[in-house]
Amino acid sequence: MAEFDAIFVIDAILLLLVAVTAVAVIQLRSLFSATMLAGVYSLLMALVWSNMHALDVAFTEAAVGAGISTVLLLGALVKTGRWSKPSRPIHLPALLICVLTGGMLIYGTFDMPKFGDANAPIHTYRVPKLLDQEVGKVPHRRGPPLGHPEPDPEHPHPHDDFGGHSPNTVTSLLASYRGYDTMFETAVIFTAGISLILLLRRRRDEDLVIEQDEFDREVQS
Amino acid sequence: MSGFVDQEMRGQTFLRVVAKMLFPFILVFGVYVITHGELGPGGGFQGGVILAAAFILYGMIMGAEELERRVPRWVTDAAMALGVLLYAGTGLHNLLAGGAFLDYTMLGPDRPGDAEALGMTLVEYGVGITVCSVMITIYIQVCERAATDVGVFTRVRKERR
Repeated sequence: MAEFDAIFVIDAILLLLVAVTAVAVIQLRSLFSATMLAGVYSLLMALVWSNMHALDVAFTEAAVGAGISTVLLLGALVKTGRWSKPSRPIHLPALLICVLTGGMLIYGTFDMPKFGDANAPIHTYRVPKLLDQEVGKVPHRRGPPLGHPEPDPEHPHPHDDFGGHSPNTVTSLLASYRGYDTMFETAVIFTAGISLILLLRRRRDEDLVIEQDEFDREVQS
Repeated sequence: MSGFVDQEMRGQTFLRVVAKMLFPFILVFGVYVITHGELGPGGGFQGGVILAAAFILYGMIMGAEELERRVPRWVTDAAMALGVLLYAGTGLHNLLAGGAFLDYTMLGPDRPGDAEALGMTLVEYGVGITVCSVMITIYIQVCERAATDVGVFTRVRKERR
């Protein structure tokens, strides 16, 4: 390496830590430690994403991966116990298939454009059209929305280029361009909640009392 | 989880104080992420998860049955459906007003740009409400199931009645 590249060093350290954490999660027999390390893994991945300027992804990874998943895994842990069974010896055909699939996937990434390549298809094919689209823009007036001050070239501010188009491309894509997609994603989450209620919720308090009696009997016997 | 976490947690004054102090700040941050979804990173999904994390933290420290007392079932059940209704309703309103489904411009035909921003904001609120209430429901249900299987949740309820 000709010159010192700080971003590369940070990336290398983070990816090394990610790999170490992933191996540790698989190897550990204490399920509690494995759950905590899975949370650490998500936090490290969030750092990698934010290092790649994918802030929305980093946000989701930190909130969902490190936050909610860890709590839910802990909840499952209470039901299952704290230690995993001793692992069986390595199953050779399974290992072979895993290594082959992994190798093929890595080989596939060689065809992908280099990270940050300005000539990558995503920068030339569709996104420019999206960014230039007239949908949602006021055709006859390109100034700031009513009530906002006129733009000051010395101090640009997000609302200066609002012009009726959401400044956050990601949200614009998710809520407007792919509105149907996001709506049915929400519907999927809603369905998950409903199914959970149907499966897990005790419907009447009497159910609970009966189980309490059964529990007492079990304790006595 | 309330079975074995709570009995240890209830004695932890320090954890309880810190959790109670953090609670409003996490809520404010969650609301910020939802309401600024169209301006910066984040949005309905992430904000909803952060809001739910505040309630789940409360549930972990104070006990899931205490959380269920503060956030009753009918609230989360209604909010779950309300979020999807808000999302689909925004699209449907636009359809009935003469536009395309989820096109948003009919929310303010004079200023289609602002109308789109308004539509996106409403839609993000819908996603946030649904995600938040579903996450709280998942937590409460998993806890309740874990606890009733060992009889702890029931005893607390019996005492209250």
